[in-house]
Amino acid sequence: MRGTVPISVEGATRGITRWDALAILLTLAILVFIAEASRHFLQPLVELQMAPLSLAPENLPEYAARTTLRMFLALILSLVFTFTYATFAAKSQRAAVLLVPLLDILQSVPILGFISVTVVFFMSLAPGRVLGAEFAAIFAIFTSQAWNMAFCFYQSLRTVPVELVEASRTFRLSPWMNFWRVEAPFAMPQLIWNMMMSMSGSWFFVVASEAISVGNTTVTLPGVGSYIALAIEQKNLVAVGWAIGTMLVVILLYDQLLFRPLVAWADRFRFEQQTGVLPPRSWVLDVLRRSRVVALLTDRLSRLWRRTYQWPLLRLRAGPAGESSGKRGRWGDRLWTGLVAALAAVALWRVATFIFANISPPEAIKAMALGLATLSRVIVLIAIATVIWVPIGVVVGMRPRVAQIIQPVAQFLAAFPANVLFPIAVSAIVVLRLDPNIWLSPLMILGTQWYILFNVVAGASAIPSEMRDIGANLQVHGWLWWKKIALPAVFPYYVTGAITASGGSWNASIVAEVASWGDTRLQASGLGAYIAQATEAGDLPRIVLGIAVMSLFVVIINRAFWRPLYWYAERKFRLG
Amino acid sequence: MSMSDALLKIQSVRQAFPKPDGEDMLVLDDINFSLADGQIVGLLGRSGSGKSTMLRLIAGLAPPTAGSILYHGQPVAGPAPGIAMVFQTFALFPWLTVLENVQLGLEALGLPEAQIRQRALAGIDLIGLDGYESAYPRELSGGMRQRVGFARALVVHPNILLMDEPFSALDVLTAETLRTDFLDLWIEGKLPIKGVILVTHNIEEAVLMCDRILVFSRSPAHIIDDIKVDMPQPRSRLEPAFRDLVERIYVAMTARAVAPPPRVAPDRIPGMGIDMELPRASANLLAGLIEAVAGAPYNGNADLPVIASALQMEVDDLFPVAESLQLLRFAEIEGGDIRLTDIGKQFAEAGVDDRKKLFQRQLLTYVPLAAHIRRVLQERANHTAPRSRFRDELEDHMTAESTQHTLRSVVAWARFSEAFSYDARSETFSLDNPT
Repeated sequence: MRGTVPISVEGATRGITRWDALAILLTLAILVFIAEASRHFLQPLVELQMAPLSLAPENLPEYAARTTLRMFLALILSLVFTFTYATFAAKSQRAAVLLVPLLDILQSVPILGFISVTVVFFMSLAPGRVLGAEFAAIFAIFTSQAWNMAFCFYQSLRTVPVELVEASRTFRLSPWMNFWRVEAPFAMPQLIWNMMMSMSGSWFFVVASEAISVGNTTVTLPGVGSYIALAIEQKNLVAVGWAIGTMLVVILLYDQLLFRPLVAWADRFRFEQQTGVLPPRSWVLDVLRRSRVVALLTDRLSRLWRRTYQWPLLRLRAGPAGESSGKRGRWGDRLWTGLVAALAAVALWRVATFIFANISPPEAIKAMALGLATLSRVIVLIAIATVIWVPIGVVVGMRPRVAQIIQPVAQFLAAFPANVLFPIAVSAIVVLRLDPNIWLSPLMILGTQWYILFNVVAGASAIPSEMRDIGANLQVHGWLWWKKIALPAVFPYYVTGAITASGGSWNASIVAEVASWGDTRLQASGLGAYIAQATEAGDLPRIVLGIAVMSLFVVIINRAFWRPLYWYAERKFRLG
Repeated sequence: MSMSDALLKIQSVRQAFPKPDGEDMLVLDDINFSLADGQIVGLLGRSGSGKSTMLRLIAGLAPPTAGSILYHGQPVAGPAPGIAMVFQTFALFPWLTVLENVQLGLEALGLPEAQIRQRALAGIDLIGLDGYESAYPRELSGGMRQRVGFARALVVHPNILLMDEPFSALDVLTAETLRTDFLDLWIEGKLPIKGVILVTHNIEEAVLMCDRILVFSRSPAHIIDDIKVDMPQPRSRLEPAFRDLVERIYVAMTARAVAPPPRVAPDRIPGMGIDMELPRASANLLAGLIEAVAGAPYNGNADLPVIASALQMEVDDLFPVAESLQLLRFAEIEGGDIRLTDIGKQFAEAGVDDRKKLFQRQLLTYVPLAAHIRRVLQERANHTAPRSRFRDELEDHMTAESTQHTLRSVVAWARFSEAFSYDARSETFSLDNPT
């Protein structure tokens, strides 16, 4: 190796570079922002009620900052939950028996209905302070983000390639080191993709969670969501427009400052070593990478982190390899399964007695019937969305240029809460004297249909060029081309998108089946409206009944329809 | 050699996995050997002969069902310090740079930062990776990737290096370069290791590298031959002694090829002998080998090592094909030679239609499973039967995986010879071919 030159010969290494300056500026701005936005947390509640929300647009930056911070904190919470819950489920077979189905159910429970219940709990944690209400809002947003992140992380942990597991074991990595060096990196790209999805989905909850009513009192936390709620209440169309603009800015900022850098950074964790595809780029990441100050800092931090690998407590190893479970292990398993079953039985009993102590069986049957009404809406809407978006998705996906433009637009639209369209929907229905049972329904699929679109786009752009070429070569055109080439190729992607869309639509029905604009209030009959009404009235048994029925519907449909369809698609149509 | 010399002692090791019918399927049976200081021991056998399983037992990745593995006199329980492994598929972490990959094992040892760096750089230097420190694995060619695999294993200064077919995922030229580089370093004593265990299915590779070769048989695997290689390093493939040894190992391995099964007579009880696991070889490969052996310069009788190298096939590719030909009585295998039977010669000269007829006759006569399926189809009124009908029957005798392979082979052969047909979508066998 050649000796190093004692003086700097590359002009660019003079003290602080412009990249350093930019990076420092970025960091400071983020710190100031967090400090500003979190200042209010310890405020007494009374103060909040004395300074009511204002629709003046100059307040929007502050509201946006506070909403952003809430979503960010919820995201961090979701990450912590993901790393613990999913890891535990993946590592311990006994834990998995309980945790995996639980997660499956949690995914299907319409948490929107539960917000009012959790508020009481969180308010009691910090009585008289804004903090409690903030906690409740953050928790509501968290519940919209965490489940799918945890699920994808769990699946990633279970599919770490065997050779990497064996390499890690022969080099005797401790579980702690193995987690950070092998498992978390392997799961990273998928996790970041799911974080983006979660973020989009959680806007819906922001609107619902910032204006919380507990019995007679309504706590309104300043934010974009409560701003939208107020604008709707006061029939202020201009304010709704401002709110939409603000949302757009916040989503763009999140994309540029957080997700794009993350995606570009996580590109190296991709396991398939494909070539020819341009790696994603981000100017923020470029700035951070070029800055020497940041490099110095991250180097220090990663060194500190690596030191934790040496901590004696974290170096503990699992016992000797292999299936040590003999007869005792098997009996233990049985005992554990029995325990879980007993626990489930007790829980079921408690829920049933709670519901039926207050509600007559006919009412439960009515809830089921309402569930069927909502189910038929979901089915029809998914069918319509399929007919519209699958052909468009295929056409777009075959043109990479167009796809690049469409993808972020679809992502923005997916973040759009249905509430902001209430003015148009309600006015139109009233003026044209339409039946709300039919015409409120489209609001349910407003935010979720995009999942079908961008999955189909992804599927169509993944069609190998040889397959397209052979189609052209054999002169396959028109319907035959759709039937034999395009539709089978995008089918597995479509199924993934449709599952997400259908699950989301159920949840959205709680907001979408009851719409108001000023004093005008429209209602469709369905399970969503039932839950929304019960929530408004603070009628706990009915809330629980509604949620239980909805969860039941979602779980049954997932098991009986989507899951078999998914595996059929995987078996038959997955390329390669 | 005295007992104290052994780095590693394998005593009566046995490994079994439970079969669906509750019985155990034996993968390794009564394996005994030891590794001495300064030795390279090769475990040679065909794929599925359990040699990789043996290596994983030594690495402590799984415990043996019975017997003991003693490393420095201590039983191996879990991955042991001082035993490192090189993987067939490299097993590099794609998110770590070359340097970080090499450092990983050192970090796990808990060494100070400075020492980690110094040892990793020394290892990179030794193995010829200079200049690639900051590259990611995806930017490297296969050969360079495996060099990282070697460097990563060597820097932890293991006493024993385990190599699981380390060159088989590389092209011939790259494999040869890497092999030679490794041997040079080993002979010059530059490697910080005391002994090597090499798993391979490549006979020449074993003879080129090893001081001792243990030949594994299949299902259940046990050691059928223990060959000491006395030739001095570096060895040349052209030396007569080298060729002789390769030939000898070929004979040892072919001697154990499938013993000819009994002919299925029409009056025998239906369903007998169907539990034979069929080799995996396509009908096209069978026809190809028959043609190659029938043609000049072999004229119906070829030396297996010779024809293997002429066709650029390795043991793993060639043996299932040769076995299938023997099973169908198109050829006989003896003492490392393959000789076409009269039927085989007839097949070589026949046209497409006659080939199909010949193949069908041999298939239904000598493969009991094929005869069984056809008979069931004939007996049924609609001449169809679901796959599960035969799968369940087979799974009483073999593992689910073997069942799948066996059914796949019989379907491939039956399709070629039009003995019966199979619809993969509905998973049914039937007698009618689409017309």
